[in-house]
Amino acid sequence: MSFLRIDRAVKQFGGLRAVDEVSFSLQRGEIVGLLGPNGSGKTTVINLVSGALPVTSGEIWLDGRRLTGLRCDRIARAGVARTFQLVRTLPSLSLMENVMITAVFGRSTHWGEKARRVAEDALATVGLAERASAVAGDLTYIDQKRLELARALAAEPEILLLDEWLAGLNPTELAEGVALIRRLHEGGLTILMVEHIIDAVRALCPRVVVMNSGRLIADEATEAALSDPAVVSAYLGGEVDA
Amino acid sequence: MRLILPLICLAVLAVLPLHFSDYGLGLLIGAATYVTLASAWALFSGHTHYISLATVAFYGAGAYTVAVLNEVLPYPAILLCAAVIGGTLALIVGLSTLRLRGVYFVIFSFGLAELIRQLITWYEVNVTGTLGRYIFLDITTRQIYWQMLALGAATIALTAWIMRARLGLALRVIGDDETVAAHSGVNLARVKLIAFVLSSVILTLAGAITSPRYVYVEPSIVFNPTVSFLTVIMALLGGANRLWGPALGAVPLFLVFEFLSSNFPDTYPIFLGLLFIGVVFVVPDGLISAAERLTRRGQVRA
Repeated sequence: MSFLRIDRAVKQFGGLRAVDEVSFSLQRGEIVGLLGPNGSGKTTVINLVSGALPVTSGEIWLDGRRLTGLRCDRIARAGVARTFQLVRTLPSLSLMENVMITAVFGRSTHWGEKARRVAEDALATVGLAERASAVAGDLTYIDQKRLELARALAAEPEILLLDEWLAGLNPTELAEGVALIRRLHEGGLTILMVEHIIDAVRALCPRVVVMNSGRLIADEATEAALSDPAVVSAYLGGEVDA
Repeated sequence: MRLILPLICLAVLAVLPLHFSDYGLGLLIGAATYVTLASAWALFSGHTHYISLATVAFYGAGAYTVAVLNEVLPYPAILLCAAVIGGTLALIVGLSTLRLRGVYFVIFSFGLAELIRQLITWYEVNVTGTLGRYIFLDITTRQIYWQMLALGAATIALTAWIMRARLGLALRVIGDDETVAAHSGVNLARVKLIAFVLSSVILTLAGAITSPRYVYVEPSIVFNPTVSFLTVIMALLGGANRLWGPALGAVPLFLVFEFLSSNFPDTYPIFLGLLFIGVVFVVPDGLISAAERLTRRGQVRA
């Protein structure tokens, strides 16, 4: 049985159908890339799963539990954690507090020493352990991205939704980022990642789903998808990236 | 250890009225009232950044509860009624409006105070036929002071407790980014509602406790919007997201306003306006943050 199941999800914004009857699913422990040109509806799909936006129609299930119609705090407590395309940190809180909140309010509702320990582990995973008491507003862009990932991890999630988490990293940081995501995947985490960096997708995801203009145009093994004529013309604008 | 200093202060404040004239006692009550109002306001607005101008809606509701019930029920029962009325009002208002953000919430909260004032005026004129009411209670001025002091101390203690609890963390997260709060599992509506109701019950009780001082009560007196504005500016002056910030801002500003309004009764609103502007420009984060920044700079130099 599939772990995350998106069943004919539709999101209508006025006259625009941002997500049009999209269906796909993930197995437990799988890592899948969500690809597509800008404006194809990838982030909207992430928003539908995390509950940031309600679906117009269709259903979303996680591990046999229906997420459709739940508020996003309930979905978070059901085990869905995410990062945001435009980084969102809490500038007036310390890194420790930034990360701790998902441990405190998430599904495991830790408090006190246990919550701190979960947060410390998450900060250590992304390499920010030494700066736990710094204020988030002082961080560089890259460290803010790390912090956001740590916050998602401290939720001890069932599934992690990454929205272009690797975007904007330099080559060294990108290599570190890819290694980090691979470690998380190897640790058993189910990951759905929106990503534009094809090399990273190739390195991490055996399988991708591809969207264009709100529709799903491919759901197959990464190499097959990247040479699929429909994907090539939609996603790569007609030029084959060898 | 951290409890000793506040407790000593409280004890000193509690014996003060034994040595004060009636005028001095009046000042003490005023200061204690504004410390309570500003601290209670900050309990909700300080961390969430939902700037409420509805303070006087609750304060006035408390005063009016006493005015209506003062010859019907014993005093403790009146206070209980005031708390229930304030809490219910906050629950209704909160459920319908806490999804408004930013300036929309500010405008709404201001409108709420005016709405309640107009409703009571309409009711008094058309149903009871009289606008004013008298409060005759067998309560001494000292007793009013002690009650207000206790309420103020309880407010600060409650705030201290909340800030160490999950609720406090949730409020701070909401103040920074509601989207992140929701995605982290915070039940936005519940957290905001709890804090808003707690804050409003205290504001209502403050109005009820201080009301015997008015003796004569009518809507334009106890629903004076200046109370809401003063409360906000006092909390901002001290630092609305600090435990002692609102109290620290309330005492000096209250004394300044007392001085200005008794010495310059006609031009006093001008000074009021200038002070508002001054606070926002000079100490936008409050006095406590400003002082911390200064000492940090001093340490760096040394």
